[in-house]
Amino acid sequence: MKLHALARSAALVVVIGSSLAANSAFAQAKEQFFPLLSYRTGPYAPNGVPWANGKQDYLKMINARDGGINGVKITYEECETGYATDRGVECYERLKSKPGVALFDPQATGITFALTEKVVNDKVPLITLGYGLSVAQDGQAFKWNFPLMGSYWTGADILIQHLGKKEGGLDKLKGKKITLVYHDSPFGKEPIPLLQERARQLGFDLGLIPVTAPGVDQKAAWLQVRQNRPDYVLLWGWGVMNSTALKEAQATGYPRDKMYGVWWAGAEPDVKDVGEGAKGYSALALNTSGTQPKVIQDILKYVHDKGQGTGPKEEVGSVLYTRGVIIQALGVEAVRRAQERFGKGKVMTGEQVRWGLENLALDDKKLAALGLTGVIRPISTSCADHMGSTWARVETWDGTKWNVGADWYQADEQIIKPMVKVGADKYLADKKLTRREASDCQS
Amino acid sequence: MFYRENGQFKTSYRADQQILPILQDRIAMLVLLVVGFVIVPMLASDYIFRAILIPFLILSLAAVGVNILVGYCGQISLGSGAFMAVGAYAAYNFFVRIDGMPLILALVLGGVCAMLFGMVFGLPSLRVKGLYLAVATLAAQFFADWLFLRVQWFTNNSSSGSVSVNNLQVFGFSLESSAAKYWFCLLLLSVIALLAKNLVRGAVGREWMAIRDMDVAAAVIGIRPMFAKLSAFAVSSFIVGVSGGLWAFINLGAWEPAAFSVDQSFRLLFMVIIGGMGSIMGSFFGAAFIVILPIALSQILPAVTSALGFEISTASISHAELMVFGGLIVWFLIVEPHGLAKLWAIGKQKLRLWPFPH
Repeated sequence: MKLHALARSAALVVVIGSSLAANSAFAQAKEQFFPLLSYRTGPYAPNGVPWANGKQDYLKMINARDGGINGVKITYEECETGYATDRGVECYERLKSKPGVALFDPQATGITFALTEKVVNDKVPLITLGYGLSVAQDGQAFKWNFPLMGSYWTGADILIQHLGKKEGGLDKLKGKKITLVYHDSPFGKEPIPLLQERARQLGFDLGLIPVTAPGVDQKAAWLQVRQNRPDYVLLWGWGVMNSTALKEAQATGYPRDKMYGVWWAGAEPDVKDVGEGAKGYSALALNTSGTQPKVIQDILKYVHDKGQGTGPKEEVGSVLYTRGVIIQALGVEAVRRAQERFGKGKVMTGEQVRWGLENLALDDKKLAALGLTGVIRPISTSCADHMGSTWARVETWDGTKWNVGADWYQADEQIIKPMVKVGADKYLADKKLTRREASDCQS
Repeated sequence: MFYRENGQFKTSYRADQQILPILQDRIAMLVLLVVGFVIVPMLASDYIFRAILIPFLILSLAAVGVNILVGYCGQISLGSGAFMAVGAYAAYNFFVRIDGMPLILALVLGGVCAMLFGMVFGLPSLRVKGLYLAVATLAAQFFADWLFLRVQWFTNNSSSGSVSVNNLQVFGFSLESSAAKYWFCLLLLSVIALLAKNLVRGAVGREWMAIRDMDVAAAVIGIRPMFAKLSAFAVSSFIVGVSGGLWAFINLGAWEPAAFSVDQSFRLLFMVIIGGMGSIMGSFFGAAFIVILPIALSQILPAVTSALGFEISTASISHAELMVFGGLIVWFLIVEPHGLAKLWAIGKQKLRLWPFPH
């Protein structure tokens, strides 16, 4: 009997507690809600955690420093996806109906694909900074997707440009063997069409070696690399796959200075365990790292020094942490931009935030105000171009830290643009959809 | 008191062979159907529909399919995820390649493809059984993973390997709204579950059970093992294939092979074991357990901890989820190895004697 009473009162507490929580969420309407999809467990957690921490800390900092966006407080809730599509969809469905929901950053290519079909009906924008669907750059076909600052196509193109530069001209790549070692999922397969196009134009020999997710077992892949002796290896990995690839390369004796990773294979968790063994390995850099930028200083000052940081303090300013900060900064700026048009100090709807994302114009001055000087290039989006910037640099691991190279590369529009157009048209045709009218741009 | 069969006389074989021999059960089932079809859609929110009810219905269907093979015929399978994948990709190909293909026909054809696939991978069951067969069916899983990742034709030459569908319609009704999706899944589930229930009550089902209980004895009394085993594989894979199509089309909308990974096979097997082997009802319990418990825990744990005055991080919730889940599975298996369905049956049996148990 006693046990029953105990169970009953516990259940009561739970019910009251959860209904209170629900009520308070509804009562405070003047809040912009940022759903935070993340993964802190599973094989991709080492990379997912700093990313998620950066996203959350930036919001905390804006609330603490500025009191929100023009007075509108930011609320947030994290939802663990474990990188699994069905869990991600569940998180999306749970968080999308919260009042004042601004935008989603699914943090995984697979979840992005599933949500792309759903956001059209729910009218919530999806930002996929540096990942997601490459063809979604075409804003006239993908109204709700924002692959800001680059996609896998721009990344692959920049890597080829860099290799060309190293060889002394793109034409020198003719006859060279370039092998793509990729994560066997939509994430890893995305760059293939562009690399094939480039291989056709430049006459290099493209090899494709898939690695089964999550990428712990790569013995066979590296045996193949050893057999073929490619001139360069492009590494399209995520999470545990990256450090494993570097260890395998070390074991096979493949020179690390001929390996080039995408920007998701160029963070601290990827190389730290390998240490000296990864020396010379290069990867794309979408952003810098370190604690010098003002925005990171502000986070340290307003959040971590007050003991409210999300993760460990040492991690603040690492590559993926900074990327999380940038993603959230762009999201917050989109809300701010939307408020300029639809009313300052108001809570923006998903549709209004979409307009804000479509009209981002962050020049050097604005970036300086955000504390992002030198971290990223200026970015300006439009109705037709949902990417805003396709610049990236190449960074090299020296055994203890990443050194970002001085050269900025921009993806070759002449190659990317027609491919995006064709891909978007195919998508629209498959789905029996039509392009947006020009008049739709100001909606 | 209210639940007993005193005075309910059966005067014909027909009456004696009903699925639900007790009047109260029939009424309860009717009420359940009314609630499912009418009341729930009026009350449920978009989130409840899309995140809980629809996945629950689709996975129940899958669990019914797996239960036929594992629970009724005793052929342990770890390839259920593969059968779902075949159903999903086959339905997708029929749907996008043939103009004007109706959704239901595409799903059924997907099921048929899964059936053929299941029968091919069921062939080893004629020679090996138990754990050996489980490992043999694992081959189906790996084969499907390879097939849909590698052979571009199946994904309509999608460069990333991810495919998607939209504008789903059934007889001119759009399946965009949550309620419409829910009704569609519920209708399919009701029909297939009823057919499955009748199948396992009939001659075929008794053959399966005979094979499960002792295959040598079954062969001696004239049951053809080949027919029984392959038919179980066929029926099971068909149902699992249809559910795979629904999972992809209705629940996810866009999917990649990882959606049907070996994890999915394990989850389906857990559903059957926890829900109750050899019970159609148990499949529903198992699906509910696996679908709802993690979500419920992730909602309740933060509320509980905040009521107790401290905050729990997302990572800890997710770890706690796994621990509670594992603990409950172990507890269930020790307390009631025949699953939730057995608990349900015991409860019913007690009610029939209540308040004077003997």
